[in-house]
Amino acid sequence: MVKDQEFLEKKASYCLGLAKKLGATESSVIVNNSVSETVNFRNKKLDESNRSDDLGISITTYIGKKKSSISSSNLLDDNLNILIEKCVEATKNTPEDEFNSLPDKDLLAKEVKDLSLYDDTHIENDQKIDYLKKLELAASNDKKIVNTESSFTQNKSNFILANTEGFCAGYKTSSFTASSVIVAKDEKSMERDYEYSSKCFFKDLDDAGELGKQAADQTIRKLSPKKIGSEKIAIIFDKRIAKGILSTFASAISSSAISRGTSFLKDKVNQKIFSDSINVLDKPDIIKGLGSRNFDKEGVKTDTLKLVEQGVLKHYLIDTYNGKKLNLKSNGRFGGTSNLYFENGNISFKDLLNSKSKSLYITETIGHGSNIVTGDYSVGATGFLVENGKFKYPINEITIAGNFKDMFQHITLANDLEFKYATNSPTMMIEGMVVAGK
Amino acid sequence: MLSMNNFFEKSDISRSEAENIVSDTLSKCDDGELYLENTKSETLLLDDNKIKNSSYNSDLGFGFRAISDEIVAYSHSNEISKNSLRQSSENLKSTLKSVKGTYNHEIPKSNKKYYDNINPIEQKSLNEKIKILNEVNNYLRSKDNNIKQVTANFLGEQKSVEIIRSGGESLTDVRPLIRFNVSVMLEKNGRKESGVYGVGGRQSYDFYLKDENWKSVCDEALRIASVNLESKPAPAGEMKVVLGPGWPAILIHEAVGHGLEGDFNRKKTSAFHNLMGQKVASEGVTIVDDGTIDNRRGSLTIDDEGTPTEKTVLIENGILKNFMQDRLNARLMKTRSTGSGRRENYRHIVLPRMRNTMMLSGNQTQDEMIKAVDKGIFAVSFGGGQVDITSGKFVFNCTEAYEIVNGKIGSPIKGATLIGDGPSSLKEVSMVGNDMMMDPGIGTCGKAGQGVPVGVAQPSILINKMTVGGTKL
Repeated sequence: MVKDQEFLEKKASYCLGLAKKLGATESSVIVNNSVSETVNFRNKKLDESNRSDDLGISITTYIGKKKSSISSSNLLDDNLNILIEKCVEATKNTPEDEFNSLPDKDLLAKEVKDLSLYDDTHIENDQKIDYLKKLELAASNDKKIVNTESSFTQNKSNFILANTEGFCAGYKTSSFTASSVIVAKDEKSMERDYEYSSKCFFKDLDDAGELGKQAADQTIRKLSPKKIGSEKIAIIFDKRIAKGILSTFASAISSSAISRGTSFLKDKVNQKIFSDSINVLDKPDIIKGLGSRNFDKEGVKTDTLKLVEQGVLKHYLIDTYNGKKLNLKSNGRFGGTSNLYFENGNISFKDLLNSKSKSLYITETIGHGSNIVTGDYSVGATGFLVENGKFKYPINEITIAGNFKDMFQHITLANDLEFKYATNSPTMMIEGMVVAGK
Repeated sequence: MLSMNNFFEKSDISRSEAENIVSDTLSKCDDGELYLENTKSETLLLDDNKIKNSSYNSDLGFGFRAISDEIVAYSHSNEISKNSLRQSSENLKSTLKSVKGTYNHEIPKSNKKYYDNINPIEQKSLNEKIKILNEVNNYLRSKDNNIKQVTANFLGEQKSVEIIRSGGESLTDVRPLIRFNVSVMLEKNGRKESGVYGVGGRQSYDFYLKDENWKSVCDEALRIASVNLESKPAPAGEMKVVLGPGWPAILIHEAVGHGLEGDFNRKKTSAFHNLMGQKVASEGVTIVDDGTIDNRRGSLTIDDEGTPTEKTVLIENGILKNFMQDRLNARLMKTRSTGSGRRENYRHIVLPRMRNTMMLSGNQTQDEMIKAVDKGIFAVSFGGGQVDITSGKFVFNCTEAYEIVNGKIGSPIKGATLIGDGPSSLKEVSMVGNDMMMDPGIGTCGKAGQGVPVGVAQPSILINKMTVGGTKL
């Protein structure tokens, strides 16, 4: 069982009290507990069970404008005493930074709305096994499938965030996640693909059979890939890849990258950085949303932000420290975005595929090829050649490259947005990128 | 000498009671252990002219594992207590209720140690470390007017582990680890570029930072950023590639390293699973994975199952010789553990992993390689890489590279991703240099959500054909 609010609050107030006694002028603390249980299947048989019970505490102490922090998984008072003393000592020895402070009191969240983020249902391991049996059975229909690995995880978490300005709040969250990784083989090749579903509530999880079938189909269609020549070609990003481009955008507008001057989007507020029709929202109050929250990791309330309106950048993602540095108020984005998404475009998926006589549909990228200082992008890719709206054949061992500054200006979005992750995008087409192949 | 961590000192359970629970839980299993870990780590970060982060972490916990046949049951918790250990035991027993095994008590022994029992965090005071970070900042900013940002950090860690096996056998290790990183950003005529460099290993800070030799780390980061400021768009397409010695061995790690890990080969999901004893690289290419080099980042006295590490020959003169094994995969493949069983920490199960993966020296010089290329690139510095072990396709991202035109090194080119095919790319190695070099000690390898410190090494090599992911057609 995940620890209750009372236990976490007791630990939190103990820490704040002790820090004050030892000389901290201000402090904040987060105490969390997370219990997860996973069952893994491989080739239709039980492969692994994993239970984890994680406790964590992190404390930040201030003495005026000096700041230091500690964290630990050992919540015994003996240990906390040693660590908090160490933390206050380190604070005294750390140089001042004029921007160090707790959040402005009037920005702190006043209420905790119930966003339906916790499902009390407990799925026993035997039920997880039933789900996985059904999933793997559906995934193993074709004889080209040579390996299936699937997993089911139930996670229950609870936390308390408290600070010396009187803020003290937290709530439980849950997630139920099923995934399947499939390997298929033919005479010429061996390929891997996956499918995944994660929800706050068990009853919303994808049907096991559907998920298994989807994972298998996606793998089989990748068999016997070809390598194509190098050329400039329109690229269509599958939703699971398109969301990554949105995440890169989010890191480039984080107030830390902006205040340090290490982002290609610095000084671009109120400028047009995307094509005309593009809108980007970060909406923290979606019921059962995978990224939903009432406040950020500093306790600052998070309201919906329209980050990009008709292609124009409207906000950075601001935390307290970097906000003070930039002379802007925190908008509750310490730790990043909540439910971030591109609004739907006005063209169907089918019409998007049809819009070019030849394009490349990308289902997977590998490598860490996004540079937010320069905006340069270059990654390995796998996908399909699309001709006149039809998938012709699978492609691999190519790279795709461009610069986000240009790429953002040439985005067309389909109207097939769904909320499968915390960050979501409809299918996305970008023109003008370069493919390197043969 | 510092004393070993006593994990039961502040607990309501004695060592002998814990041993009894371990023996009782594992008696009808093939393998398993109680893994206890206490890690102390410190991060100090200078950024934007200020000490941005000073933090200390103390992490304590256990992971209890039972294995029968192919099934692994695992449970971990932060509370080393009677209640928590019993709950874990019940959890493992319930998963393995229908399979029985015979416990293998055998585990090799060695007295060799590859690093000292030290706590690097305590060897230098906070004030000394802050002073060096400020000196780094001042040194760099006074060196070049185009410097717009300097980030420098220290990461220090001491990890104490104890492995208790059925029957009460106990194996222990204390592992120091440090890292010192510098990153700079330059801006000139509206263009921004960055450069990163770092050093580290299982030693005290002083080994890396004495006599102000932190300056050489700063110089290198600045040099890379300066080169990039002059870079032009990288070419796109297949061409010859010369790799410099040392850190570019990320290629070896991605192209063949992961594909030779035991788990993927037992499951037959690696592109290498049916190639044992066959030619997978050019003649003259020998690759080893070595956990026994003193003070290296990827070295371990014992792995996370208690097996002493070794130097494992993976590819000898082009022929595939061995996979890297932990105990589980070794048993199921009827071979022995190579001391490659590793985990990020007690929260994770053991997997076969790399340690220091190295291609050994050949006879040629880097000059000869450059001269042999009409059109291609010379790649010197890399950011990271990734592989799809099933299709065998791998990438790595270069952060410093030059074009080669008619046997001569030309202009610097922008960072780009290089992509290749693991099982075939090492057959395209046509020259192996005589200049093998270890990396500077900053690598972290990710697999199944677990990061572990690793090392790589290689001489300069010439690869006949790789796809370069630039933008210039």
